[in-house]
Amino acid sequence: MPSQLVEKYYRTESLPHIWCPGCGNGIVTRAIVKAIDNIGLNQNDVCIVSGIGCSSRASGYLDFNTIHTTHGRALAFATGIKFANPKLHVIVITGDGDCAAIGGNHLIHAARRNIDITTIVFNNNIYGMTGGQYSPTTPTGDKGTTAPYGNIDANFDLCDLAKAAGATYVSRATVYGTNMIIKQVEEGIKNRGFSFIETLTTCPTYYGRKNKKGDAVEMMMNLRDITINKAAYEKLSEEKREGKIIIGELYRGKRPEYTNEYNKIMESF
Amino acid sequence: MKTLERLNVEKELCKGCGICVAFCPKNVLEIKDDKVVIKDLDSCIQCGQCELRCPDYAIYLGGK
Repeated sequence: MPSQLVEKYYRTESLPHIWCPGCGNGIVTRAIVKAIDNIGLNQNDVCIVSGIGCSSRASGYLDFNTIHTTHGRALAFATGIKFANPKLHVIVITGDGDCAAIGGNHLIHAARRNIDITTIVFNNNIYGMTGGQYSPTTPTGDKGTTAPYGNIDANFDLCDLAKAAGATYVSRATVYGTNMIIKQVEEGIKNRGFSFIETLTTCPTYYGRKNKKGDAVEMMMNLRDITINKAAYEKLSEEKREGKIIIGELYRGKRPEYTNEYNKIMESF
Repeated sequence: MKTLERLNVEKELCKGCGICVAFCPKNVLEIKDDKVVIKDLDSCIQCGQCELRCPDYAIYLGGK
């Protein structure tokens, strides 16, 4: 029998999950569940929406109201769900390809509207499910099956993108610092508006192997080494900032929430 | 210290990635035949680092 947490919030009959050995997706999924448990939300008041990709398999393993949607459209479905039932806590689980490539437009518009949805991006820097193609978050120079000599594209900073588009809670964490994910998901759910949480996770099978990053443990240690807390980053000199990824709470804003504004119009009739 | 929670391993769920072994501060765990095994339960301090990062939910603290 698995742990109480897993027993309560997972569809345990579908475990073990499909993810590869050492894949960080399971760690992030558990962190989300732990955050929901910490806040004490009723399972029936939560709706988990996911798109397509390795990360998006998570909705199938979780025992909430869940919906596994089409590629990139998780946020579009989530917007509809939130509109139909504004009392639901809508949580979107998406991957870097799902959210930043095919679903990029949905992301910026959901952020622009500041609709009360908590989006958690499982960023593993690659398209894992389809065989290791490079994604919009594959760092420049890194390899994928479709970039055998190195990726020449500049990679997206998804947090900057979400902030610029209008999200009111933006943060980043890694699977190395799992407690930070739990804390940020809690904050994201509590924020009445669009919350965007980027979690840097590991894909030892494709991204790790293609780029000689080692096994799951080495990849997690690498995440520890390349990331730095926001407060510490601000104290660093210009040269030392090179190549560092900032983690922690990156932005918090205050803007009218979309379903609230819509209800005001409806009530005016 | 009195043991409050027991360390449990769910072998069917384990995929042998070794994350729990690497993060255990007390060297309680090891990988044998591609699965995690508890080699030194007495050293366990119930910190929960393994459970926190097990991607497969195969190891956890619970029960008495």
